[in-house]
Amino acid sequence: MTIRIKKGQTGKSILNTVIEMSGVDLSLCYQCKKCSCGCTVSNHAKSPPSEIIRRLQLGAGNELLDNDLIWSCVSCETCYARCPMGIDMVSVMDALRRMAIERKAAIPEGNVPLFNSAFLKTVKFFGRTYDLGLMAIYKIGTSSYVQDADKLPLIFMKKKIAILPSWSANRKTVKRIFKKASHGK
Amino acid sequence: MKYAYYPGCSSESSARDQHSSSMAVAKALGIEFVEIEGWTCCGATPGHQTDRVLAASLPAANLVLAQDMGLDIVVNCAACYSRLKMANYEVLNQPDMREKVGDALGSDYDGSVKVRHLVEILLEDYGLENLKTRLSHSLDGIKIASYYGCLLVRPHEVTNFDDPENPTSMDNLISAMGAESLDWPSKTDCCGNSLSLTTKSDLVVSLSDSIIGMAQAAGADCIAVACPLCQVNLDLRQIDIKKQTGRQYNMPILYITQLIGLCLGLSTEALGLNKLVIAPSNIINAVKTAA
Repeated sequence: MTIRIKKGQTGKSILNTVIEMSGVDLSLCYQCKKCSCGCTVSNHAKSPPSEIIRRLQLGAGNELLDNDLIWSCVSCETCYARCPMGIDMVSVMDALRRMAIERKAAIPEGNVPLFNSAFLKTVKFFGRTYDLGLMAIYKIGTSSYVQDADKLPLIFMKKKIAILPSWSANRKTVKRIFKKASHGK
Repeated sequence: MKYAYYPGCSSESSARDQHSSSMAVAKALGIEFVEIEGWTCCGATPGHQTDRVLAASLPAANLVLAQDMGLDIVVNCAACYSRLKMANYEVLNQPDMREKVGDALGSDYDGSVKVRHLVEILLEDYGLENLKTRLSHSLDGIKIASYYGCLLVRPHEVTNFDDPENPTSMDNLISAMGAESLDWPSKTDCCGNSLSLTTKSDLVVSLSDSIIGMAQAAGADCIAVACPLCQVNLDLRQIDIKKQTGRQYNMPILYITQLIGLCLGLSTEALGLNKLVIAPSNIINAVKTAA
């Protein structure tokens, strides 16, 4: 497959920033594509992991941050486990996700950034996850009230979700961690 | 045998049955689980996708608490297991991470607390032969597909759990219970749970469909899991699979601790078997007194 990189589009390669943020040496990749063959979601995304690395090697700019693999990736770590060169693709994808948020890339279908921030908000507040709370924040943010609503009566009947949040006695430490970690808003 | 027990957030919400079955099995075997007082969330996938220091410090807060208890940590959830082990790995291997985590926690952490999954404790510490002598009942005649998912086995240099491509830990437990453990290809496939609550759930349904379909093709009567995220996904998503594809699997998804509990003669209530969406009546009815 031919990969075309529009150098003039952004003018600036993001390769070095990705290397710096992930700590991963991307020059090690020789495109064997084991990562893409094992990728859980490559059938469901436009670009498989090996293509993301190739695009980075060829000097892709901010436009790569709109790539749909970034937020379709389920962090299953198969790519990393099977890479013959030990490339930690998980950290590369994490770096791309952080950059996509910082540089305000297009918000993809599914709005995983909103889900992540809703999840972490409950952790920051209670010290533990609060499923109902994070679902409320996410559903209001995405207007996806109908999705999975059919299963709610069953979920409540089987007590598969906590009605009330669980407060950790160690919330202070968690709040401190969020304060110290620069991206944990 | 005594361990610092890290329940994880699911234990209070979707996976109360995993929690209760683990506690019941541990008690029956004489293993002591002391809950870590003031435990907090490990940050899970949203944590590591958001910030590296956050991702290492949230689990480390619990590792510090276990260190004060002077005990190894036992974890039920594969995702928590992975994050706690990753925190140790980062503190030991990433330059500056120990310092950054120490700063975030307000106390130094050296990355030395051992993190163990319940399956490891049963196999390595309690021992398969020892366990066999305690099993009063058997699952003879039942075929079980062991599903390990992602985070117990990957990344291997971090978790060091079994074989990353063909793990057999749960299979060994299943054989000890007299059931037939199946050789099948989806043991370490991913069910996509990290996207399960988002509007990309179609993707998750398709991944779960493929895993359950493969277990059925192998002749499984049920799937055994060791992770609350895998369990809720594979169990609950069978409703969506039927809606979207017309396929009705009726495949019970049981925690390995629920299966062991049945063979220890524990009650279905104590094991939380009534909480499963797909009722495991075929398994409960097959439990026999061991020969």
